[in-house]
Amino acid sequence: MSRPPVDYIERTRSQYQSLGYPPYQWVENKLAPPFVPLSRPLHESRVGLIASGGIYRVGQMAFHFKDDVSYREIDTDAPMSELRISHFAYDTADARRDPNVVFPLQTLRELAHVSRIRELASKAYTFMGGIYSARKVRSLLAPALADRMVRDEVDVVVLVPV
Amino acid sequence: MTSALSITRSVNPPRAAFVDFPLGHTAGKAGDKPLQRKIMIDTLSALDSIQVPGDIRHLSYQWSDDDSWKDRVMRPAKTTATTTESTAASKQNPDDRLERTTEPQYQSPADQRAAMSAGCPGCVFLESPPA
Repeated sequence: MSRPPVDYIERTRSQYQSLGYPPYQWVENKLAPPFVPLSRPLHESRVGLIASGGIYRVGQMAFHFKDDVSYREIDTDAPMSELRISHFAYDTADARRDPNVVFPLQTLRELAHVSRIRELASKAYTFMGGIYSARKVRSLLAPALADRMVRDEVDVVVLVPV
Repeated sequence: MTSALSITRSVNPPRAAFVDFPLGHTAGKAGDKPLQRKIMIDTLSALDSIQVPGDIRHLSYQWSDDDSWKDRVMRPAKTTATTTESTAASKQNPDDRLERTTEPQYQSPADQRAAMSAGCPGCVFLESPPA
C-alpha cells in the first residue's frame, strides 16, 4: 500500500532535537521560481547533467565531508566502471554498485542514442551535496555551475540531488 | 529530480519530478535499466510539459509493496517503543551519519593512489583544497 512521502524536514527537526542540536535552517524560497519555457523541443536539445551524490571519477580527488564546495567535471563518455561515490549522508551501497541511480549518465546516453534528446553536453558536473552552509552554495557553488551551463551552451539541465 | 518532497517544496525550483524512493535512488533502482529509463523519460516529459512555475510532478513509482522503508528513515528507534525505550535507543545510536572532516573520503585506497598520481583532472576547488 502506498503511504505518504517521508517528511525529511520534520524528521531532521526531531532528530536534531533529540541530539540537543539547534534546528537546521532549511533553504526556503518563497518567491515564485525563475521559470523559463523550453527554447526548443527535447529531441533538439543539448542536455546538461548536474548531480549532488558525491560522484567522482578514478583519478580525481574524492569529496570530503566538511562543507566541501568543490565540484568535479566528468566526461559524459566516461565508462561507468570508473565512477566512484563519496557522501556521508545517504546509504551509498546501491550507488556504488550502479552509479546510474544517482548519476543517470548511461540512461541519458541511451536516450540520446534513440534521439529522445539531441545530445548530452560533453561534461557533467558533480559535487557532494551534504553542504551545511547554504550561503556557500548560493555564493560559490551555484554561480560556478550556472556559469558552466552557460559556457557549455546547454538548452536544459537535469539536476539530480540525493 | 527529487526523492525529498518536503525539501524540494521548500527550495521551490522552477520544475521538479518526484520519485518516492529512499534517498540515494533518485534516478531508479540499482541494476534495473528499464526502470531507470522509464523514470528518466517521465522526468523529461515533466520538464517538457510543466507550465506552472514551481510545479512538482509526482511520478507513480513505488519502492516496495508495503513502503515500510519509510518507518526507518532517520528513526533508529522503533516507533512502537515506549518513550523511555526510544530515548535509550537513540542514545545508543544518536547519529548514524559519518564524521565530517576535510580528508577526502575515497571509495577505496586504490582510488586514492590513482588521484595522487593523476593530479586531479577536472577538479574545481572554489575554496582552498584540503592540504
